[in-house]
Amino acid sequence: MAISRVCVIGAGTIGSLFAGHLASVCEVSVLTRRSEHAALLREQGLRISGKHERHATVFATDDAVALPPFDVGIVACKALDLEPTAAALAGHGEGATLMTVQNGLGAEAVLARHGAWPLISAVTFMSGIRHSDAHVEYELDTATWMGPWAQTATPYAVVEELAALMIAAGLEAEAMEDLLPAQWSKLIFNSAINTVAALTGLPHVAAFAAEREFGDLGWLVHALIDEGVAVAAAAGVELHEDPWEMNVLAVARGETAHSDYAHRPSMLEDILARRATEIEFITGALVREGARVGVPVPLSSAMYRLVRAREASWLPSAAGAVL
Amino acid sequence: MATERGRGGALSMRICIVGCGAVGSLFAAHLATLDELEVWAYDVVEEHVAAINANGLRVTGRAEIRAPVRARTDAAEIPPCQFGILATKSMFTEQAISSTAAIFVDGAVCSVQNGVGNEELIAEHVPRVIRGTTFPAGRVVAPGVVAMDTAGDTWIGPFEERPASAAEIERLAEALTRSGMATRALADARGAQWTKLIFNAASNPLGALTGLTHGRLCELPPTRALIGALVREGVAVADALGITLDSDPNALIDHAAEVAYDHRASMLQDALAHRRTEIDAVNGGIVRFGAQRGVPTPLNEAIVALIAGMEHAWSSQPPPESE
Repeated sequence: MAISRVCVIGAGTIGSLFAGHLASVCEVSVLTRRSEHAALLREQGLRISGKHERHATVFATDDAVALPPFDVGIVACKALDLEPTAAALAGHGEGATLMTVQNGLGAEAVLARHGAWPLISAVTFMSGIRHSDAHVEYELDTATWMGPWAQTATPYAVVEELAALMIAAGLEAEAMEDLLPAQWSKLIFNSAINTVAALTGLPHVAAFAAEREFGDLGWLVHALIDEGVAVAAAAGVELHEDPWEMNVLAVARGETAHSDYAHRPSMLEDILARRATEIEFITGALVREGARVGVPVPLSSAMYRLVRAREASWLPSAAGAVL
Repeated sequence: MATERGRGGALSMRICIVGCGAVGSLFAAHLATLDELEVWAYDVVEEHVAAINANGLRVTGRAEIRAPVRARTDAAEIPPCQFGILATKSMFTEQAISSTAAIFVDGAVCSVQNGVGNEELIAEHVPRVIRGTTFPAGRVVAPGVVAMDTAGDTWIGPFEERPASAAEIERLAEALTRSGMATRALADARGAQWTKLIFNAASNPLGALTGLTHGRLCELPPTRALIGALVREGVAVADALGITLDSDPNALIDHAAEVAYDHRASMLQDALAHRRTEIDAVNGGIVRFGAQRGVPTPLNEAIVALIAGMEHAWSSQPPPESE
């Protein structure tokens, strides 16, 4: 199979980074949620700045029916939008392989309910800053890890080919025969970092790895990660990377406690914008897995409850709406 | 050292309120209505002290008082007193008592502060210490003027390591009660203190972390479950210390949800104003006493870390628009 046509489904920050880069090596179409977003992309193209400069010409539409045929679809919407997005894709992309890059667990199963596409699981560590519908800054040029989803027997060769295409486009990518170890490493890392950032209001700064003094955040991050590692072990998953090491490395990348460019995890962005967060797919998934395999996760459960309550604070309520 | 008093009455007692903020002012103003008392106040806020000296100390709201209080920012100007009432925020205990220790060379000092651990600090500077817990609350609304929002009882008893005599404690309780601040003298005041501590530790920081009022924290199942788990840790530490709580903290929390549904916990008010919280003396106190007795308190530790992280975030952000 030669991949020459890629469709990016969901043009948020991550989807735009994929589309803006891949357009330099193949034909790219983009499925947006809003029609004005598609119109702007058709009119202005898609600009990438930051780590790379690109100005991509893409075909964009908000209607799946209008999509040209494609070999690979990268489903890059938020986990919260996955269900309606998968429903809109049903009946389209015949013969195509779809790749999920959502945070947390369970995205593949949602797509599988809406079509028989072979599926690739992926986790991505790249990040960006969205300046407009047609301009995204490439912030962290870290890798995307991808592997065949076992339940659809996706050929590994397709995964390798897509990874090679992404690398040719300037992205960091790695194909893996079994993605679960990497997916779980990221899940555990994400659950700890996102919830601590969301509740404290801190970007991912050095304090997340500091364990010297009472009240330092590293103790909590470490304890949350230990809970996740115990759940993974009980679920029979051997982790690809030690999530605590991932945390230590991430905050050591030239960032200081007060640096303005420290990364803001997406859950913190959601909290600041008073949007629903991906807590159910990340920490919620971890807590449910803990219950399934019989590993107690009291701290993760506390973080889950606090973030849910924080979301409730800006939702309308009969008598108690505050802030 | 008798002073001329307006309505006669021989002077029988001199008392100094250390920390004349909202709670300290409620004590000072009430006590100053008693003819036989000479009431002094030590505080670091110059405008407040000047206003008290010029116009008397005023209380509005649940009580209407204007009473003569001799306020000073320099402790050296305050004569020796038989009693002290320490009412600063708990993070200023050490600073406040070391500045005023000379006033109490032969006195008994009573803490009416939040959290635990204050009496231990006071005992390093004065001969006799009284353990106190108080419920009245208010706000400084202008220099020299305090609004009393909440009435309530005060419990006092000996601090076991450097106790005041039972007669002294009775005498202070009698004066306070007669002045309108209902106070009970107890042989063991730890139960009252730990009941309030556990109540505060389980509910107050959750308000700050989620933005929810007390009533909403209690009606949402995720936060009510977390409150219950925090209460269990606190009760386990109290048990290990041999303290009999004077009521069930869970029942108090549910009662407060009915009578003070819309109440924003003081720590939530601190969070909204980016003011440093008393987390170290409240949840931090449970953690330290737990560690001393070998009782694990992981959830309270997590809460301490999250609030500390939140305070850390404020240091790099401008404060929000004021309430």
